[in-house]
Amino acid sequence: MQDAYTLEAKAKRRRARKKAVQRALVGYTFLTPASAIMIFFIFIPVAMAFYLSLFEWDLINPMRFVGLKNYARIFKSQDFFIAVRNTFYFVGVQLPLDFCISLGVALLLNQKIRGLSFYRTVFFTPVVTATVAVSAVWMWLYDPFDGLLNYLLSFVGLGPYRWLNDPKMAMLSVIIMSVWKGLGYNVVLFLAGLQNIDPSLYEAAAIDGATPRQQFWYITLPQLSPTMYFVLIMGVINSFKVFTQIDVMTPGGGPLKSTLVIVYLIYQQAFNSFRFGEASALSVLLSLFILLLTLLQRLFLEKRVHYN
Amino acid sequence: MRRTLVKKLIIHLVLLTLGAAMVLPFLWMVSTSLKGYHEVFRYPPRWIPDEPQWRNYLEVWKLAPFGRFYVNSTIVAVITTAGQVLTGVLAAYAFARMEFAGRDQIFMLFLATLMVPTQVTLIPTYIVMSRMGWIDSYKSLIVPFLATAFSVFLLRQFFLTIPKELEEASIMDGCSKLRFIFAVIMPLSKPAISSVALFGFLGSWNSYLWPLIVINSNQMRTLPIGLRYFVSQQGGGSEWHYLMAASLIVMLPVLIVFFLAQKQFIEGIAKSGIKG
Repeated sequence: MQDAYTLEAKAKRRRARKKAVQRALVGYTFLTPASAIMIFFIFIPVAMAFYLSLFEWDLINPMRFVGLKNYARIFKSQDFFIAVRNTFYFVGVQLPLDFCISLGVALLLNQKIRGLSFYRTVFFTPVVTATVAVSAVWMWLYDPFDGLLNYLLSFVGLGPYRWLNDPKMAMLSVIIMSVWKGLGYNVVLFLAGLQNIDPSLYEAAAIDGATPRQQFWYITLPQLSPTMYFVLIMGVINSFKVFTQIDVMTPGGGPLKSTLVIVYLIYQQAFNSFRFGEASALSVLLSLFILLLTLLQRLFLEKRVHYN
Repeated sequence: MRRTLVKKLIIHLVLLTLGAAMVLPFLWMVSTSLKGYHEVFRYPPRWIPDEPQWRNYLEVWKLAPFGRFYVNSTIVAVITTAGQVLTGVLAAYAFARMEFAGRDQIFMLFLATLMVPTQVTLIPTYIVMSRMGWIDSYKSLIVPFLATAFSVFLLRQFFLTIPKELEEASIMDGCSKLRFIFAVIMPLSKPAISSVALFGFLGSWNSYLWPLIVINSNQMRTLPIGLRYFVSQQGGGSEWHYLMAASLIVMLPVLIVFFLAQKQFIEGIAKSGIKG
């Protein structure tokens, strides 16, 4: 009796195991196409980037192992510090501007006004258009002699400015265009966040006699903090990777390298100077930096974020 | 009553001013693209061209092979999008509806790829492509992007909302899993799939740094890269009417799609926070 019971249990277990293996096989089959792409085009390249960063290589001559020399060279090069400074300048100005203006616009749009979808479309249009194309348009707006911007500013007694041709203004010009281009994306996110706030919170606060300002500080802002957190993280990551508008509007790194940013430096080192090892080292540094930033934000900001 | 009216008026005033700043560059582009060479530089500038120079658009078409760029961009974007949907649906279904060892660990690895900046994979991928002889080909523009963690993640979230009973009923009918996915799950997931497709298409259509690196010949350029070389050819110089016409040519299809499918775009972003 006992034996028959164990036998049956064993058979049952075997059948269950066979079924589990079968299920796993089907599961892995479904995952194969996507996983293959991830492995070949993300995981292996990331490992390769670390590896390549230890070599000197121009793709033609044999690879030469140099250890950490590429990194040492980077920290000694002037261009690296220029690029770091410029990148921080870009992020430090573009991100707060974008954040504040888009939050402001979203708050205004949330006031139950007419034409909401019209405004939303207006602000969102630059987001979907190709950066190259709008960069070309802004180059024309910024033209020092015949540009529309200098013409318009002349009415209020400003200018004329040399915009992209002026080493002191080139980066600021790129920033203005970037804020214009990216604004609508955050407006949509903020607006969705605002519309998700439970209206009964405001009703309760109003009954308790809270002023609109109090309502803003004690309801709107805390309730919106997950969205703000998301916007900030995405913003930081994307801003540090700025490239397209820099490449189109200020080819070669801008006047006196004033718009030379990290990704542009990577591009130059690899595809103009054919220093693939050094370029890999740079990209490793950039990635580690972005990763560190994301983790730090998670550590310090996420605790302050209010989740329902 | 009056106070709220004044308040609304001020809000509209602020929004209209900012809105004008958003639209003005586009209008100026259209205006310039229809001007003659001398009219572009006339002072003070005018918004309405004396006589719209429609032939600017034909000239641009002759100055650079924009037709070819269109074909390239379309082929690359369509195949990439289809691939992302297909690989995404299969993987997302496995993650959402199948139970097997290692599933959650693999899912974490998928999510981890979202943290990897594309810049770090750029050079190694370029080297692999050049070793395989894929430089300057459609393959190099398409294959690396046939699957993204974003599409898998988005579709998985949606699949989780589809009731499980549906599957149990169909499986009893002897419906195979694959057929079930194509016949039942995919039609039910239209909103999620259209979001994935829309952003996949947009990402591919507007993509810049990668095609800039792997494409060498004029014939293989996509629209953004074609425009980039068109801009540098004109040397930031004087052919602004052609440059603006070319810019409009590049952005027009996306603008049309956007105006037709605004709701999907905006709701898709609001729900998933994907960068287009």
